[in-house]
Amino acid sequence: MTRPISQTLEVPVAEGSDNERYSLRMGPQHPATHGVLRVDLELDGETILECKPQVGYLHRGFEKLAENRTFAQNLILTDRLDYIAAMANNVGYCVAVERLLGLEASMRAKYIRTIVGEMSRLASHLLWLATHALDIGAMTVFLYCFREREILLDLFEELCGARLTFSYPRIGGVRQDVSRSFIDELQRFLDLFPEKIDEYETLIDTNRIWLKRTVGVGKITGEEALGLGLTGACLRGSGVDYDLRKHQPYDAYDQVEFEVPIGSDGDIYARYRCRMEEMHQSVRIIQQCIDQLPPGPIVGENAPELLMPLKAKPLVKAETSRWGSRIITMIKDRSLYPAGDVYVATEAPKGELGFYFSSDGGSRPYRMHIRSPSFIHISALGVIARGELIADLIANIGSLDVVLGESDR
Amino acid sequence: MTILIMLVQIFILFCVVMLHVAYATYFERKIIGHMQVRLGPMRVGWHGLLQPIADGVKSFFKEDIIPENADRPSFLAAPIICLVAMMTSLAVLPFAKGWVLADINIGLLFIFAMSSLASYGVVLAGWASNSKFSFLGGMRSMAQVISYEIAMGLSLVGVMLMAGSLNLSEIVEAQGDSILGMYLVPQCLGFFVFFIAMLAETNRVPFDLPEAETELVSGYCTEYSGMRYAIFFMAEYIGMMVMASIGTICFLGGWHGPFAVPFFPPLWFILKIYLFMFLFIWIRATLPRYRYDQLMDLGWKLLIPLALANIVLTACVKALVG
Repeated sequence: MTRPISQTLEVPVAEGSDNERYSLRMGPQHPATHGVLRVDLELDGETILECKPQVGYLHRGFEKLAENRTFAQNLILTDRLDYIAAMANNVGYCVAVERLLGLEASMRAKYIRTIVGEMSRLASHLLWLATHALDIGAMTVFLYCFREREILLDLFEELCGARLTFSYPRIGGVRQDVSRSFIDELQRFLDLFPEKIDEYETLIDTNRIWLKRTVGVGKITGEEALGLGLTGACLRGSGVDYDLRKHQPYDAYDQVEFEVPIGSDGDIYARYRCRMEEMHQSVRIIQQCIDQLPPGPIVGENAPELLMPLKAKPLVKAETSRWGSRIITMIKDRSLYPAGDVYVATEAPKGELGFYFSSDGGSRPYRMHIRSPSFIHISALGVIARGELIADLIANIGSLDVVLGESDR
Repeated sequence: MTILIMLVQIFILFCVVMLHVAYATYFERKIIGHMQVRLGPMRVGWHGLLQPIADGVKSFFKEDIIPENADRPSFLAAPIICLVAMMTSLAVLPFAKGWVLADINIGLLFIFAMSSLASYGVVLAGWASNSKFSFLGGMRSMAQVISYEIAMGLSLVGVMLMAGSLNLSEIVEAQGDSILGMYLVPQCLGFFVFFIAMLAETNRVPFDLPEAETELVSGYCTEYSGMRYAIFFMAEYIGMMVMASIGTICFLGGWHGPFAVPFFPPLWFILKIYLFMFLFIWIRATLPRYRYDQLMDLGWKLLIPLALANIVLTACVKALVG
């Protein structure tokens, strides 16, 4: 049963109902809209007749901003897209710019980026599970997830000093090498984490109420999902095998073995199962990356000038010769950059995160467009939530896993 | 003179219950805190022991906002209706042999009447706030209370049949010669229905739909602030205690315990109430929330038939044996 997309734009009429319709404006300040999402609802009782998500409350104009900043400087903007998993955005951006510039990161850097990318996937999925469960009313899962997420953030802090906005991956490599203690701590986390996933599952997975709230709710077929442009777990939950890590491998994903979990029902429960399984797979990927981590430089052969100098300079000197100035001078050299258009997508935790650059050969992108999965997933909300109840809308928002920072850019 | 003594007794009961309500919130926050790998209140007093008092003082001094478009009289009346109805139920509860303010013959019916009355407060609050979230909360509450009141009433009919009385003290005394001194075993079906209906009746998880914070912000009390908001909370906690008391009286043998406690006969009663309170809190920490239509399904399609079956079963057994 597939609804054509055009039909979803029509205003439905309540059939055989003489009830008065009323509108409810949910958000932008609402406990369950994950930030500043506003949803305009037309209701008949608690049944949603029409659902219009409104975005833009967190618009910061990144795409325009990027046109006035060099490629290296734009990296920090990507931190602020999906701030739950900033590493994945950084990696996506770096992979895209490298493709534009025709660079190749070093093997070690690729592995490290794969590790941090998967770690941020775990961090993102943990936050998703926490808030999703909280939306449905299971409040303990929320704190359990944060307990593990805290370990991940501590690891990130050890790696690069930041807990939220990392800018750790760089064009052509990573900012600095991983330390032995980081690897040891990460290993400890990996040993511990699968048990914790089981713990969350014992709390909610076989819970009758959880099943009632999620099975068969928020259904979307594979065809519809493709039509709406869903990606990530939202698409895989509907039974479409599409994962860029597998189908267009970047970084070290072609060196490791993992499975892409596919659901079939396309309901909230299927998406939930997909993401839970993805967490297991992420652990697997990180484990393999740690085991195979090759020695060598952390910067690609033809890229060092784009990065911070490899040797740390004393602080006194740093004031007089700021490392930034060197980068900027290099970047102003137009000959470094080819002109042309490039679109590169990576598999961020939320879905396909794509960067489109149009370069005129200058040191700055002529145009940068971000294909953010959250934006597209929010647009699907109106289709999924129609005819369901308010409580399902909340479950759906959680299940689509949107972050407004990414959607509004 | 008897009136004076009565007034003193009422005052004492009021104070004791209010203290218990205040510390029930502390109890809840502490237990949920530890279940969720955190500490709960720790700052005010030793291990946060003065937290309820701090909260009380805070809510008392908060600005009392009444929305401009609210229906003023009913907006002001709603929390009072809730609290008064809940507090009135306390009058007929026997805490120990002879420890009861009004030992009336229709005690159980009286409590039903009062807890239904309390839901008027909730509905009125939702209506009078003139906010859509509150309105939805009020509507949900109405539907929920109507369906679960029936299940709850029917689940207790078995107890009435066995005890042959509606007087709460007599119900407790009648349990003396059954297994364990409780109706829990012979009325296990009734207890099951009662327990679920009790959660729904007091708007607790997994039936906290009227105030589901992730859906309706705060449901019927979204527009309330300061002391009026606190009064709704008090009413909710007193409601929990009243329901726990009914459970204790009708199924757990009231004030009877393994041995008699000298000087302080209500000890067992209080312990059993706190057992119920713990269950309330435990469930809150564990379960997700039902959806509105699923709640109705559960009430009408499972609990009411089960309660009716329990009545038939109890009546048949009583007719055959007794």
